[in-house]
Amino acid sequence: MEVFVQQLINGVTLGAVYGLIAIGYTMVFGIIGMVNFAHGDVFMISAFISLIVFMAITAFAGMSGGVVFLALLVALIVSMVITSLYSWTIERIAYRKLRGSFRLAPLISAIGMSILLMNFVQVAQGARNKPIPPVMRDTINLFERNGFQVAISYKQVMIIAVTAILLGIFWYVVQKTPLGRAQRACEQDPKMAALLGINVDRTISVTFIMGAALAAVAGTMFLTYYGVVVFSDGFTPGVKAFTAAVLGGIGSLPGAVLGGLLIGLIETFWSAYFSIDYKDVAAFSILAIVLIFMPQGLLGKPEVEKV
Amino acid sequence: MRAKSDPILKVENLTMRFGGLVAVNDLSFVAGRGDITALIGPNGAGKTTVFNCITGFYKPTTGRMALRHGNIDIEAHVETLTDTPRDSLKGEGGSLFLLERMPDFEVSARAKVARTFQNIRLFSGMTVLENLMVAQHNPLMVASNWTLGGLIGLPGFKKRENEAIETAKYWLEKTKLIDRADDPAGDLPYGDQRRLEIARALCTDPVLLCLDEPAAGLNPKESAELNALLRSVCKDHGTSVLLIEHDMSVVMEISDHVVVLDYGTKISDGTPDEVKSDPRVIAAYLGAEDEAEVEKIEAEVGL
Amino acid sequence: MMDAVEKPVVNWGILFKDSVIAAIIAFGLFALMLGLKTDQALNNQMVLVGRPGLLAAVVGLVFVARLMTGYWQASRAGRIAPAKKTSSSAMMLKIEKFGLPVAVGFLVAYPIFVLATAGPQGAIKWIDNFGIQILIYIMLGWGLNIVVGLAGLLDLGYVAFYAVGAYSYALLASSEPIKEFMAQLIGEGFWQVWAFWICLPVAGILAAFWGVLLGFPVLRLRGDYLAIVTLAFGEIIRLVLINWVDFSNGYAGISSIPRPSFFGTPFTAGEDGFAAKFGLEFSPIYRTIFLFYVILALALVTAAVSMRLRRLPVGRAWEALREDEIACRSLGINTVNTKLTAFAIGAMFGGFAGAFFAARQGFISPESFVFLESAQILAIVVLGGMGSLLGVVIASILLVGGVEVLRELDFLKLYFGDGFDPAQYRMLIFGICMVLMMLWKPRGLISAREPTVFLKEKKVVSSDLVKEGHG
Repeated sequence: MEVFVQQLINGVTLGAVYGLIAIGYTMVFGIIGMVNFAHGDVFMISAFISLIVFMAITAFAGMSGGVVFLALLVALIVSMVITSLYSWTIERIAYRKLRGSFRLAPLISAIGMSILLMNFVQVAQGARNKPIPPVMRDTINLFERNGFQVAISYKQVMIIAVTAILLGIFWYVVQKTPLGRAQRACEQDPKMAALLGINVDRTISVTFIMGAALAAVAGTMFLTYYGVVVFSDGFTPGVKAFTAAVLGGIGSLPGAVLGGLLIGLIETFWSAYFSIDYKDVAAFSILAIVLIFMPQGLLGKPEVEKV
Repeated sequence: MRAKSDPILKVENLTMRFGGLVAVNDLSFVAGRGDITALIGPNGAGKTTVFNCITGFYKPTTGRMALRHGNIDIEAHVETLTDTPRDSLKGEGGSLFLLERMPDFEVSARAKVARTFQNIRLFSGMTVLENLMVAQHNPLMVASNWTLGGLIGLPGFKKRENEAIETAKYWLEKTKLIDRADDPAGDLPYGDQRRLEIARALCTDPVLLCLDEPAAGLNPKESAELNALLRSVCKDHGTSVLLIEHDMSVVMEISDHVVVLDYGTKISDGTPDEVKSDPRVIAAYLGAEDEAEVEKIEAEVGL
Repeated sequence: MMDAVEKPVVNWGILFKDSVIAAIIAFGLFALMLGLKTDQALNNQMVLVGRPGLLAAVVGLVFVARLMTGYWQASRAGRIAPAKKTSSSAMMLKIEKFGLPVAVGFLVAYPIFVLATAGPQGAIKWIDNFGIQILIYIMLGWGLNIVVGLAGLLDLGYVAFYAVGAYSYALLASSEPIKEFMAQLIGEGFWQVWAFWICLPVAGILAAFWGVLLGFPVLRLRGDYLAIVTLAFGEIIRLVLINWVDFSNGYAGISSIPRPSFFGTPFTAGEDGFAAKFGLEFSPIYRTIFLFYVILALALVTAAVSMRLRRLPVGRAWEALREDEIACRSLGINTVNTKLTAFAIGAMFGGFAGAFFAARQGFISPESFVFLESAQILAIVVLGGMGSLLGVVIASILLVGGVEVLRELDFLKLYFGDGFDPAQYRMLIFGICMVLMMLWKPRGLISAREPTVFLKEKKVVSSDLVKEGHG
């Protein structure tokens, strides 16, 4: 029971990170129908940007409690801005021209972009693990039974709280603003949306920016939670977040969050109760099983074959 | 109309539901061998759904669709076959198939029911001739010993392939596409694409040819040519035709038998003349509110 | 008036403004990622090192690049692009028709040519790193081409079959029980020498079996979903190879895998060795040259089989499947079997290539079968132009060879200092090339389709009409 509650807390934290990345996949898939393969690497870059900003601030101002908090906040905001710029540039350079052409071309371009980003970071920042000094190590003990302490760390509280707040804002933007309406219109029928005066290019750009901003949140959280990042960190979380998007039903925003939470929970419970070695196998197996048996996901719309 | 004397397809109590929507409701009809049977009805009446059920693309919610090859007595054998788990039965004079039990490709491969599509589905990146070769896949596959013989170049396959080319040439002559045999199918004008799709279906050597709005988008001359082609297919080859059509002039001119659907339910069944004068058909097709309007539209469609 | 060609007007003001914006964006992108480097100081503390010079250089480069591309575009704007699609397609096919034999001829002559120019010592590198390496990718490209190019099934996990082939060979060939059994049955040393030739077909068959096994559940899926599931399968196989240590020896991999023999004569220095038997001085070059011709032969078999298959009913059904699956079913084609044969045959060639890879390396580990390999093979097929055999050759030479060449650019150290290692830019440049090639030619280098049968005249099908498949 105690282990269960502890794993639940850990799982939700991890799930929040996956969910935030998954939204980027799901939104882009929804609007232009492509798997943005480079999204995982965008997430990795955001973690690097946070790392650099955090180090720059703490190098000058020291590591006292208030500074660390402020540094993380600034790192988060800078990372959101610059990661959005990355995502915007990627869409502008590598995808826009290929939109609506040969279906494989954007996918190959995205894979190329992913390789490019990963190796750019490797060349620019080196191939080693990049640790940050441990921050917010304090924990809140929830309860103790049979000598096992169930605790939630400030980091976890922060991750869950920030995720929840940002999801709320994001939800409002997508559901209630003209921008969100334009996005949904472009999802349904980009040609018609263009005829009705919606700037499709700009709407798609905004979608990429929003996805990247959320990925940057995930990246900063990932960095604070694990305290380390490396250039190859984009691939596996990327695939897992994609799994989350598919599990939740690709194209569905609540689905992406739900899927992220489920993947996070499955991964932590699998590691805790079965085998930590095979946790990635479990994630990939879920991806395959969901796609094969339930391609519409949990909250997606079923696709009817048109004859 | 030979629906009674010499049936080829007997549809009984066919119902197709999509969630809460009943697309086809308890439809029964019989198509006669060598007949052109037309399935008509307003938009959304469920005609294409019926086609998709017959050709195996949809599994009907309930219902039975029996098709016969040769002279086997449908009535005498259909119950026996239904009671077995099998999808076909060989009896004296021919075989009997239960189409609802067969997957789509077997409906074409074994039961010999070919079809065309409302929104033409050609292999547009392949040439006209290649399209017709693909249609003869199954016999050619056997001739190539399931690829192995063909791979090592056995002579039997070459011979069979030449025969297949001859068959393709025959239908290309018939559909006046022979001059375009080596062009990519996607390059053909619309009317030619429609005819090519029919030629491709005919290359599978069908006993029943299902055409989904074959005259849609054709000009009057092309439409008349299509009528001639379909008649010849029936007369010279004994192939039965089942067609969905909106163009009333085509329906009334060439059909031997007309079945009218409205909201998934059959409202009329008979010869073109019988159907034409059926008040329920007029009401469904034209809306019975305004008599003057009805007459005007009747005049337009040439009823 | 009508034929007065408008002289392209280059608006330098706008061009300059665009370039400044591009430079600002570049500054935004790179200020942190390039301008500051995270480094580990001696006391293990992380420190930031400023690199203002590098940042300025990169931003300046972006400015100039934008200016130049902008000028190039503006000066071309007035011109009318020549619209000769069919003739260019026909040209492509001519290139394919004559280019393929030329390419094959070149490949056959390649080792002799290299040997003559670089001598036995220098030649090994050129035959091995360039020749054999590129040929492995050509073979993999041709194998995957059956699945992706002909049948239109997007497979991002092709490396799984490469891994199955490699591990099948490695495990069977280095298995002690089989070795002992063979020693009793036929004679000592038999297995060591003949293992490759016996296991090669076995590896292919096992890979084909896995192709069917993995292919079966995913055939209902379309497009991107199929791609992702195949990616997942590829990763699962690799992760299992890493974690199931008893079976595959995990990360450590399998070493001392028996090397192929010259049909029974090993390439060793001893009396029974190849060199001694043929009265030559012992040199590792003979094995390398032999391996080169083995993979060349394997690749040519792949090409010949796939060309032949295209003209058989099964090949036409693959292409028809790529064009329209529903129409295929309406014509009585069993699409499940048709897709499975494509998967199995593609996987089989992947398995052959894998067995060869294991035999050539003598050592394999899961590191060789990462997703990047699948992406690389797929990129070769797509860049080459789906369905085109010559395209795969050109794309392999460009991507694999071009990236390999970077290793040779040691002289750049003269300019950039000793710490400069051009090889570390390999994958970065590879990624850039993938993106640029897609932007330049989304349909690939050779994109016209040659009909498999014709009545009067073979007319080329332009790539605009050929579909890319849905599943």
